[in-house]
Amino acid sequence: MDAPPVTEHDPEQPRRYGRGLFLATVAGGISSLYWGKAAWDHVTGVVSPVASAIAPILPTGGWRIYTISGHMPVFDPATWRLRIGGLVEQPVSLTYDELRALPRADQVSNFHCVTGWTVNNVHWGGVRIHDVLAAAKPHFTAHALEFVSMEVPYTDFLTLQQASLGDVMLAYEMDGRPLPQAHGAPVRLIIPQMYGYKNVKWLNGINLVPREQLGYWEQLGYDQDAWVGHSNGYGT
Amino acid sequence: MKPGYVKRFSPVERILHWVNAVGFFFLLATGLILYLPRLSELVAHRQEIQYIHFWGGVAWLGALAAVVVLGGRRLLATARELDTFDNDDMRWLRGRGGPQGRFNAGQKINAVLTAAFTILFGVSGLLLWFGEQDTRYRFASTVILHDGLMYVSLALLVGHLYLALIHPATRHALRGMTLGSVSSEWAARHHAKWKPQ
Repeated sequence: MDAPPVTEHDPEQPRRYGRGLFLATVAGGISSLYWGKAAWDHVTGVVSPVASAIAPILPTGGWRIYTISGHMPVFDPATWRLRIGGLVEQPVSLTYDELRALPRADQVSNFHCVTGWTVNNVHWGGVRIHDVLAAAKPHFTAHALEFVSMEVPYTDFLTLQQASLGDVMLAYEMDGRPLPQAHGAPVRLIIPQMYGYKNVKWLNGINLVPREQLGYWEQLGYDQDAWVGHSNGYGT
Repeated sequence: MKPGYVKRFSPVERILHWVNAVGFFFLLATGLILYLPRLSELVAHRQEIQYIHFWGGVAWLGALAAVVVLGGRRLLATARELDTFDNDDMRWLRGRGGPQGRFNAGQKINAVLTAAFTILFGVSGLLLWFGEQDTRYRFASTVILHDGLMYVSLALLVGHLYLALIHPATRHALRGMTLGSVSSEWAARHHAKWKPQ
């Protein structure tokens, strides 16, 4: 049997580096499906001044605007009303000024989208749910809320228990300014512990109902209880 | 061919390049509408844009695969050139010159990365599409991979366009990718080791 070929590297021999680079790039990219978000969160956490500096320029770590119809609903203060109905003793219809006259709440919370992006430290101004419902006097048979969007047919549901979490609100201000159209003007639901699709935009109605039903995205297969990190295939 | 000119890129190489370029720009445009809040607001119709972005991507990958299959051995020879780095290439990458073949070492790296990114764009794009319908295909990092590829590709593209369209010493190369030929005098200066057929 012949001796194995000498494997000493010939310095003048051309090397097949291209395929190595190709395979390493593909392998690195595929494996990043498992570590990409953790790495990115780590980088933005460690270098948060950098992250907050680039956030206004690059939408990375920033918002993406999701709509389900061709046109975003337009807020007209003259005609817009927030109607509270269903299982209530007294249906209520609030104007924008009346909504803003209710006790004000402020909070800073993170916003998580089910597709993987997150916006940290959003400053919301608005009202707590119980302050909005108080005048309507919910009936004791009501156990859930239906949030109705002007973007028909978008609706979603929370149980009364979920809606009473301390950081749930109807927000009419975002980062110190009136809620922009793309973010759901004049008012949207904010429930930071659940993914963005539960945070209904362009609200114009809240109905008290006996129990939760499937909201817009839930009818398309998303989880009804959209707890961040513990639903929709994450953390399970 | 005009006298004083030599053939640099074969028809199949040029077709592959331009199919890739057209697809990339189409996907970049439709992708940015989905990605940049200002554009999303301006254009709206998110679901239709998402639809044409996805099927545009599928068509792009399909067209690239068709060109590669039809190109067969001719493209395999090109791939071998791109795969191979000799000592002059390594010297060139360290900024110390070194005569270059038909592709210089930077072009080889650009081509290899572009091919790898195409695979990764395809995989992450399919995962985004199917992940919206089924949690089994949903990964928290898919969107970071897809977006990250876009940023890196955009950086490569800007460099590529600068060298191909603006930089006086290199922009003659554009002719090779449109008409197929470059002046032999330019080729001798930039690609000294290349022996045109």
